[in-house]
Amino acid sequence: MLAEDGIRRCVVKLIRAAATHLPEDVKASLRRAYELEENPLARRMLSAILENVELAEERGRPICQDTGIVMFSVKAGERFPFLGKLPGILRMAVAEATRKIPLRPNAMDIVTGINTGDNTGDYIPWIDWEIMPGEDYAEITVLLKGGGSEAAGGVAVMTPSAGIEGASKFVLEVIKEAGPRACPPLIIGIGLGGTAYAAICLAKRALLRGMGSRNPRRELALLEEKILEMVNGLGWGVHGVGGITTALEARIEASHRHPASLAVGVVSSCWAFRYSTMRISGDRVEFLTHEFLNDLEVR
Amino acid sequence: MEYRLKTPISEQEIRRLRVGDLVIVDGLVVTMRDAGHRRAIEHLRSGRRLPIDLSGLVLYHMGPVVKRVESGWEIVAAGPTTSARLEAYEPELIERTGIRLIVGKGGMGARTAEACMRFGAAYAIYPGGAGALAANAIESVERVEWLDLGIPEAMWVLRVRGFGPLMIAIDPSGRNFYDERRREVEENMRRILEGGGLRR
Repeated sequence: MLAEDGIRRCVVKLIRAAATHLPEDVKASLRRAYELEENPLARRMLSAILENVELAEERGRPICQDTGIVMFSVKAGERFPFLGKLPGILRMAVAEATRKIPLRPNAMDIVTGINTGDNTGDYIPWIDWEIMPGEDYAEITVLLKGGGSEAAGGVAVMTPSAGIEGASKFVLEVIKEAGPRACPPLIIGIGLGGTAYAAICLAKRALLRGMGSRNPRRELALLEEKILEMVNGLGWGVHGVGGITTALEARIEASHRHPASLAVGVVSSCWAFRYSTMRISGDRVEFLTHEFLNDLEVR
Repeated sequence: MEYRLKTPISEQEIRRLRVGDLVIVDGLVVTMRDAGHRRAIEHLRSGRRLPIDLSGLVLYHMGPVVKRVESGWEIVAAGPTTSARLEAYEPELIERTGIRLIVGKGGMGARTAEACMRFGAAYAIYPGGAGALAANAIESVERVEWLDLGIPEAMWVLRVRGFGPLMIAIDPSGRNFYDERRREVEENMRRILEGGGLRR
């Protein structure tokens, strides 16, 4: 059986991978944006971004100095043996990763502003849970959520008469206002539902759904396309210098709503969409987004 | 146009820069974020000197990831932070220090643009998030001051070589690139909404 120490070490690797290596599909999407772009300033910005991504990989350095708030999404089987211990393990791994990689200490006390120095604190790292019935494995995703792209986030609760159009307009407003501050090109997660809380949770889930994925419901898949087209129509472009790519993708997750309310949530990532996923099954650990780690000794 | 500038940068060199120009910098870059700006202004108002004379130098809105090494410090990642937060301090800092080039991300406001015009300074953006690329241009950490403010907020004095690409976003003629961009984007938004873009 894999011991707690082994899991912690793997989570440190997971965080390191997220901080220093963009997932292949995110890189491919940025390269494609570069190939399609004709605006010379936007091209220059994208080539600097791509150069930066290569350098970070080569040197094992963080892609961006804002290594963000560390957030985990855990999909755990109901029989996963470390269910109760996992929060403690994740917390220790974050402190260790902060020291070793290193990450920038970003956890500040809400009242005093004092930095804890190790990226742990009240509700930090943040952990979202999803329980899978009958299963005994767990999938752990870490997301390093930078401060800048939080500008391109928000939630609104509308009356249903505003409709999907009203919700789309809200998304557009949020992205327009954030502009270059959020470090576009963005990846946009959108949640639609009945409460503010549901909408923002679904937006985060949509963000992490995986590059190139479409909502299985046809109407919502079309809306994803439509919103992406409109966001790019704003013309902010890479770092706000113009051109055709303000966002790489827009993804939607939706729940049923209340008869009286339509909530819309937006959670965006900057171009440095730093996440990494691993699966723990019995005594096996498999890295799903950063497969090169599987060739290394994982214990 | 593309320029390569070496610190100390003269007023004349800055005055010829225009919005959209690309610049590469060699020499001394000094970092300050929110707390650093606040302290610098306090010092200057009470007649105290700053730890380093900023005249002709480059100010960088940045809080690094650093590593302690035998010879001192190594900067591991060094991309820009959002400049808009520093708008309240910047005009006075430009006036009192003679700083020539300010580097950050996301743009700055009308008061900074006016100070750039009056005192001969410019504001440039560095590609946000490109922390490894920026660190790669840092040859050495000359000094660090005000470490009591914490690592991101301390004043780092960095010797750089080939620091860029910087894109001029506020030039000494007072042109403000992001103000112009925002107006374009507002117009695009209006057209998208009017064109029934949301109803199809």
